[in-house]
Amino acid sequence: MGKKHQTPLLDELKKGKWISFVKEIERAAEKSERTEDLLGQVEESYRDKVNHWKHGGMAGVKGYGAGMVGRFSEYPDKYPGIKECHSMRIIPSAGFFYNSDFLRKLADISEKHAGGLLNFHGATGNIQILGMSQAEAEDVFQAVAELGFDLGGSGSDLRTPSCCAGQARCEFANYDTMKICRHLTEEYLDELHRPAFNYKFKFKFSGCSNDCVASAARSDLAFIGTWKDKIKINQEEVKNYKKKFDVQKYVLDKCPTKCMWFEGENLAIDDENCVKCMHCINELPKALKAGDERGCSILIGAKAPLVTGPRMGMMLVPFYDVNEDAKNDYEWIKSLISNMWEFWDEYGVSRERIGELIGRVGLNTFLEGIGLEPIPEMVEHPRSNPFIKFTEDED
Amino acid sequence: MAEEVKKKRLTDIGPHDYNEYLSPVIKKNYGKWAYHEIIDPGTMVHVAESGDKLYTVRMGSPRLVSGSFVRDICDIADKYCGGHLRFTTRNNVEFLIEDEKNVEPLKKDLEKMGYNVGGIGNIVANIVHTQGWVHCHTSASDASGVVKSVMDELYEYFVEEKLPSKVRIAFACCLNMCGSVSSSDIAIVGTHRKPPRIDLERLRNLCEIPSTIAACPTNSIRPDTVDGKPAVKVNEETCVFCGSCYTVCPAMPIANAENDGLSIWVGGKVSNARTKPTFSKLAIPFIPNDPPRWPGVVNAVKTILNEYKKGAEPGERVGEWIDRIGWPRFFKITGFPFTKYHIDDFRLGETTMNYSSHARL
Repeated sequence: MGKKHQTPLLDELKKGKWISFVKEIERAAEKSERTEDLLGQVEESYRDKVNHWKHGGMAGVKGYGAGMVGRFSEYPDKYPGIKECHSMRIIPSAGFFYNSDFLRKLADISEKHAGGLLNFHGATGNIQILGMSQAEAEDVFQAVAELGFDLGGSGSDLRTPSCCAGQARCEFANYDTMKICRHLTEEYLDELHRPAFNYKFKFKFSGCSNDCVASAARSDLAFIGTWKDKIKINQEEVKNYKKKFDVQKYVLDKCPTKCMWFEGENLAIDDENCVKCMHCINELPKALKAGDERGCSILIGAKAPLVTGPRMGMMLVPFYDVNEDAKNDYEWIKSLISNMWEFWDEYGVSRERIGELIGRVGLNTFLEGIGLEPIPEMVEHPRSNPFIKFTEDED
Repeated sequence: MAEEVKKKRLTDIGPHDYNEYLSPVIKKNYGKWAYHEIIDPGTMVHVAESGDKLYTVRMGSPRLVSGSFVRDICDIADKYCGGHLRFTTRNNVEFLIEDEKNVEPLKKDLEKMGYNVGGIGNIVANIVHTQGWVHCHTSASDASGVVKSVMDELYEYFVEEKLPSKVRIAFACCLNMCGSVSSSDIAIVGTHRKPPRIDLERLRNLCEIPSTIAACPTNSIRPDTVDGKPAVKVNEETCVFCGSCYTVCPAMPIANAENDGLSIWVGGKVSNARTKPTFSKLAIPFIPNDPPRWPGVVNAVKTILNEYKKGAEPGERVGEWIDRIGWPRFFKITGFPFTKYHIDDFRLGETTMNYSSHARL
């Protein structure tokens, strides 16, 4: 029936209520014939239970060391359409906001010059166009650039920064995540396009500690919105919530520091003991709001398992006055980032993420290297073992 | 002359200005939102201090989409949202609607086109996942097929609120773990079980030996000499089959059709609400790849979800529920065997033992 390859196993994945990626690949193949061969090869993987992509092989555009990922079929004779099946990473619009005009033009480009398939978005947050050959790369790059978009990161470079919807559509955002995301992407464009690091480095920006972009799990430097002063309480709205559900049980009793209680009908909060976890604000959004003195915490070192195990971001700067620093083009944070990258460049080894370097040399050495003082917010608790390395300056 | 300028090669133009894509109501109320309410699993409304309202309708996406899919969502956005739309971190599409009257017709149109509306509130969120056999050379399993199979089975939990809290499932097809897989309520991770094979000829041409050695988390790769030429050897006793060496050295393939499969991890979370962010912990060390529908994985996820739904208190995430009932009970009620593989023997493993007399007997 005009179908180039029979795909009985993949056809099983066209059934069911959830949107089918197999149907999407088929729809792409209707517009870009080469993608028929992708269906054929994936079917073969389903039969063999192993992937059929070659390892190795470069792809790229002139002047850039990043932004394209080379992908070659193991069976180029059998599946000539995906002999080269590279992907191009494109820096997204911050907060992933788009309009239909841009997206339609991008869809056209993907069908004209590539496999008609896209990722919205890759794991780091790039738009990806899949299925192009090296010969087509320059045309795609220029077509995308004409729409005002540039290539994203890949390899040992600054990966494309990403952020939550922030102040554009969220009352929880304590700072303008989209603005700083765009600003730092622009500032470090060279680090993003031309890999010169030991390994990848990621920035992510979340407006509050709900951390919708998973910055503390996925980025070397995580910016998580917070505030310093008192939570603002609308007592009338608290009363309205009390009529709807058991606020004591589901909000106050779940507070990690038990810093909230009722004084008669009124809610009271010991703000000095609040750790800004967001639970009460999440549950009572009409009644509670973050204070006015807003900024963000900076956590460092998060990464996936390879090479020495997964790490969660750890507290480095409890309160960074990002809203103030924004007025100076983020000068303070740029100087801290520059210190970190210098230290990482000097002492890190190949494929060592900054968190792993801190693990290896110790937090104290790192803090000295970047010019920050140790503070108790950085630790879960002080050391409990007595093997202290006193330094000579204690004499 | 102008023509020549136009043809100049564009390079390093940087990130696009997002302001171009913000709808008028967003521009007007930027940073001035007052609160939001979830209307149903497919719809929420953000209310600004000015009283303006912005409705959001969320729709599931397989992340890997065709140009035709893109045109479909553009048509909807043009018809109801002045062309404005966005994507979420978990790969959903969000339509941003100013006129409340457009909400229900938009949802009806999406449903008519076969798209899935939901994913807000106490639901199973769209599964963050990787490329798998569709487009990755290090994968131990397919990604999209497992996700499709699991979401078909859990579909009711995406479109209806039936759970104590939100459940975030994530999928990674190898230990590179693209995506926040290692801190999800339920994580599905592609796993190899045999050491890499060494192709000496290709190794000499393609690989840098020091970086290959440095890639190993357990120091299991050592320099070697074969026929007077530089080579490497793998200590199979200590290799943990992570595939890191293959990532840097194409001559050390590790994929193995009979021995690759998936592991299941539970109880992680990223948000700081109530409890600190935490990694997911091992529930099932290995389930063989069983395409096209992966029934073993689907059943395991369903078992966890059913027990969580039965046992968790309102508002408790999977990890909070397990913390309250304890791991022995988790293994008992799910029927998953606790094995030697559940005891951590990697770096920092000893910090995970129970240093107390606390036991639920």
